Amino acid sequence: MTTASILRLPQLSGRFVPVWRRNLLVWRKLAIASVLGNIADPLLYMLALGYGLGSLVGEVGGMSYVAFIGTGMVCQSAMFTSSFEGMYSAFSRMHVQRTWEAIINAPIALDDVVFAEWIWCGTKAVMSTTAILLVIQALGFGHTWLALLILPLGFLVGLCFGALGLVMNALAPGYDFFTYFFTLVITPMLLFSGVYFPVDQMPAWLAAVAGGLPLKHAIDIARPLMLGRIPSNVIVHVAVLLAYSFAAYYVAVMLTRRRLLK
Amino acid sequence: MNDGAATIERPARTAPAPSGAPVLHVHELRKRYGELEVVRGLSFDIRRGECFALLGPNGAGKTTTLRCCLGLIDPDGGAIELVGEPVPRAAREARIRVGVVPQMDNLDPDFTVRENLLIYGGYFRIRRSVLDERIPRLLEFAGLAGKAQTSIRTLSGGMKRRLTLARALINDPELLILDEPTTGLDPQARHLIWDGLRQLLKQGKTILLTTHFMDEAERLATRLAVIDHGTMIACDTPQALLETHVEPEVVEVYGEDARAWATARGRALSNRLEIAGETAFCYATDAAPLLADLATHAGVRYLHRPANLEDLFIKLTGRELRD
Repeated sequence: MTTASILRLPQLSGRFVPVWRRNLLVWRKLAIASVLGNIADPLLYMLALGYGLGSLVGEVGGMSYVAFIGTGMVCQSAMFTSSFEGMYSAFSRMHVQRTWEAIINAPIALDDVVFAEWIWCGTKAVMSTTAILLVIQALGFGHTWLALLILPLGFLVGLCFGALGLVMNALAPGYDFFTYFFTLVITPMLLFSGVYFPVDQMPAWLAAVAGGLPLKHAIDIARPLMLGRIPSNVIVHVAVLLAYSFAAYYVAVMLTRRRLLK
Repeated sequence: MNDGAATIERPARTAPAPSGAPVLHVHELRKRYGELEVVRGLSFDIRRGECFALLGPNGAGKTTTLRCCLGLIDPDGGAIELVGEPVPRAAREARIRVGVVPQMDNLDPDFTVRENLLIYGGYFRIRRSVLDERIPRLLEFAGLAGKAQTSIRTLSGGMKRRLTLARALINDPELLILDEPTTGLDPQARHLIWDGLRQLLKQGKTILLTTHFMDEAERLATRLAVIDHGTMIACDTPQALLETHVEPEVVEVYGEDARAWATARGRALSNRLEIAGETAFCYATDAAPLLADLATHAGVRYLHRPANLEDLFIKLTGRELRD
């Protein structure tokens, strides 16, 4: 491919839909296991930390610690699910099974495939967000209509980390490569975005760094929503998430073209 | 595979290219990777109803040529028209009417045999009712009629290839492109694939295949092109190529004494002589003098046979190994 055709903006068409649908059909075969996996982990954290640690710390940021950590879990799980989908699952389809190769021999372009995978990452994030939201509500929190807005937020978080995952996917020589992403991106994101404790508990310089993390902006939207309040600075938070999403998606498209169309 | 099972009506939305126009037209195709030009001015036309084979050693540029023709990579020069559409500009429109059997199996392991065809048909936006009617016939054609609900993971290599062939026919393509369709298959499985392809040709389908198996080309191709280092060395019917390039008779002489006999006697009695390891290949218009001489040499074994495509291929591309 020439440099110009690699840099070209993504060419989109409605042809991505059957590719997205293919992923949905595969997911449906394993839906129960997948949903259980989505719920079990965050539920354990919520119970153990929420009630265990929660009994020591009491209320945090105007909500019970279980609800506090539960909201963090919603965003965290959207991040995990979509990162995993963009890396391990996409890599299986692209490299191991050569599914993408089969698809681009049909009248579907590689740009459509990457777009479908990206939207699929967001879709999976919504699924896990939904599952955890239901758990939180079963535990007696977040009984407000505004909490439903956490679902589209989950989609946005999914687009953000799905796109970052797809960047890694386009660069990966093998599955082991994805460990870097967990160490360098996911873990700091978990610890410094306010999932387990408020960001303002950290020294000012660290809090400032956290301000650059997309997960922090997602959590800043989710917590007020869970309490039934409109979050402040929504536009800034959404803008940060969108900026990460689209920038990473564009990079992912370019790198995938470079990898496969040669 | 069953006779006539894959006779499939053309979907209403795709108009066939006017007959007479080539199904695939490639003109002065060029493609380079860095310093290396892997396709160097390749030109050929494929006419409706023929089976055109691209023959060449590994690295000759076969797969790159196919990928250019499908619009998956942009050529550096030249013009391609696939089923009447300019490629890469209208590659997507062209691929709607083309079927592809890739070199490596890429069936979807998460789906059953039938689901694989259904999902793939979805990529072409073929209506479900059309697919429901088409899929049983394709499965029968592929000899997989009883396997519709079987998981891909349990299929043998030959079954997977046949299903891949059926998948490539899901859109009733005007041109079927196969990249080394029988590499890695056992002889029984290869023959089944060849039977299937012959049936398709009988029904008037057009086929482009790449291969480095001479018997495959010999059995299937109505016309073949030998390419090496990205250029066309020869292109004609197998018969005409043999007549033009190779002496009609070959005597292969084996054994320890073969080399000594070839230097002392064989060279003078052949039109052309090649020695590879412990075998001497004597090419001749008339092999009678060779055979008479060999009859007096007890120390060598020999085989007298008509020239075939392998001889042609070796003559045109040389004996050295390609990796």
